[in-house]
Amino acid sequence: MISARGLARTFKTRGATVEAVRGIDLEVAAGEIVGLLGPNGAGKTTTQRMLATLLEPTAGEATVAGCDLRRDPVGVRRQLGYVSQSGGTNPAAKVDEELVTQAQLYGMTRGAARDRAVELRATLELAELGDRVIKTLSGGQRRRLDIALGLMHAPRLVFLDEPSTGLDPQTRANLWSHIRALRDRRDGTILLTTHYLEEADALCDRILIIDAGKIVAAGTPAELKRRISGDLVTFEVDDTARALELMRGRGDARDVTVTDRGLKVTVDHGETSALPLMRILDEAGVKVGALHIAHPSLDDVFLTLTGRSLRDGPSA
Amino acid sequence: MTELDYYCYLRTLEAEPIEAPMLRDAMIIFRYQLRLLLREPIWIVIVMIQPLLYLALFAPLLEPIAATRGFPPGDAWQVFVPGLLIQLGIFGSMFVGFGIIAEIRYGTVERMRVTPASRFGLLLGRVLRDTLVLLIQATLLTLIAVAFGLRVPLVGALITVGIVGLLGISLASLSYAAGLWLKSEDALAPLLNMVSVPVLLLSGILLPMTLAPTWLRRLSQANPFSHVVDGARAAFRDDLGDSSLVIGVIAAAVLAVIGMSVAVRTYQRESA
Repeated sequence: MISARGLARTFKTRGATVEAVRGIDLEVAAGEIVGLLGPNGAGKTTTQRMLATLLEPTAGEATVAGCDLRRDPVGVRRQLGYVSQSGGTNPAAKVDEELVTQAQLYGMTRGAARDRAVELRATLELAELGDRVIKTLSGGQRRRLDIALGLMHAPRLVFLDEPSTGLDPQTRANLWSHIRALRDRRDGTILLTTHYLEEADALCDRILIIDAGKIVAAGTPAELKRRISGDLVTFEVDDTARALELMRGRGDARDVTVTDRGLKVTVDHGETSALPLMRILDEAGVKVGALHIAHPSLDDVFLTLTGRSLRDGPSA
Repeated sequence: MTELDYYCYLRTLEAEPIEAPMLRDAMIIFRYQLRLLLREPIWIVIVMIQPLLYLALFAPLLEPIAATRGFPPGDAWQVFVPGLLIQLGIFGSMFVGFGIIAEIRYGTVERMRVTPASRFGLLLGRVLRDTLVLLIQATLLTLIAVAFGLRVPLVGALITVGIVGLLGISLASLSYAAGLWLKSEDALAPLLNMVSVPVLLLSGILLPMTLAPTWLRRLSQANPFSHVVDGARAAFRDDLGDSSLVIGVIAAAVLAVIGMSVAVRTYQRESA
């Protein structure tokens, strides 16, 4: 659905050249929800805006929904639904005015656009709001309207830029369920950007971690976590010295550290390794008081890859 | 209609691209923008107030001056009202750029850029809305001036309103271009001030340039708007064969073409 090679974009501001995106390769298959995860300023939005024909790449090639980005931008636009970070509604307009106008710009007739507006309002919990002036909507309603606008022409590919930024946790969870439903309902493809780990974790089939304009890692959320740091299995034992000796001989224990009351063992798969490891301890007569399996968070992944935490705020 | 129907529908669109989607897009935007404007009609009234004040508070001063040597042919009203109409054409449309800055902030400009709609159509729809408003205002102003005592031939008045329309297309386009380029009200306001005052003073709108010393008159001839004003005055005194009318109409038409091309180019560049 998307195939990009060497996509790059530099900005010139007051003599200084800023390399916002430095050569990104990415492949997105039909039906996937792929997330671009990274801190503010990493180049997520710039990448998405290039793929959406809003910014001309300084270098690189891309095919989006079967159309060449440079040679056929109108073809790309026709197939793409784009929901920007800040949304795109006039507060003085009415909900259906925006929806219908949007669909008409994609070539739909007024009648078809009206029907589609009713249908989408129903699925996105905006059913009764067709005649409401947009400034009277709540934050969550406005965000769902932004998404509805991006879906009016039933695009095969949808870009969501920071879909849940600025929403309270409950509204966010609700929005997530709508985004997931979007994918489940039909074979749509979604490329979203986010700096929320929870969002990437909750929504994406695959994550591309982007930092300082480059993709530093890619994989499913589980793969990424496993590949970077593995799972952590913690045993509370009475004889730490003996336990340490037993664990050291095991192939699947990548790293073993001793704490005051037990052992921390790093393994690839916490769930599959925990019981065999415990059995070894048990058979050797080491008493296991408690067992705990921890999966690394995407933040751990990011920290390992870049030496910075995602939560530190904007990157330099 | 199911999702599948939409797919098929969009496929047919791709298979047979419509030949003139530009005008269709322009009309979509025109209707959308007009509806938004009608929701807050107060702006139409505010723009009207200024020329009305000139009509009521400034025009009476001209009666004695009309007898001065060097005052152009026609009575005070026939000289002053066309100038006022041109002024309305300039000031009524040159501030529309503020609207597009607000829309850039809302994100609607960008949202529409990601649609396959014609860039020219997106712009033309707005400009047509502004021009329609301007034509209504110009007609109203002329009718009110008639009530004040203006005598004007119908054809001349219609030609002048048409010229005002061309100016509206030109200045609304340029204002949108400036708004798209500057993206900030704080930058647009001084720019418009800087441009509008010399344009106004050198156009002979308030007082005819026939009263001016030679150097000032020469300077004003470099201002295309002064030719437009002269043309409108010729139309108002029913001098339809006058060369100044032809020059005035051509000047207004050229300004409209320049304005639109600058704006379309800006629109395309700013959206990359």
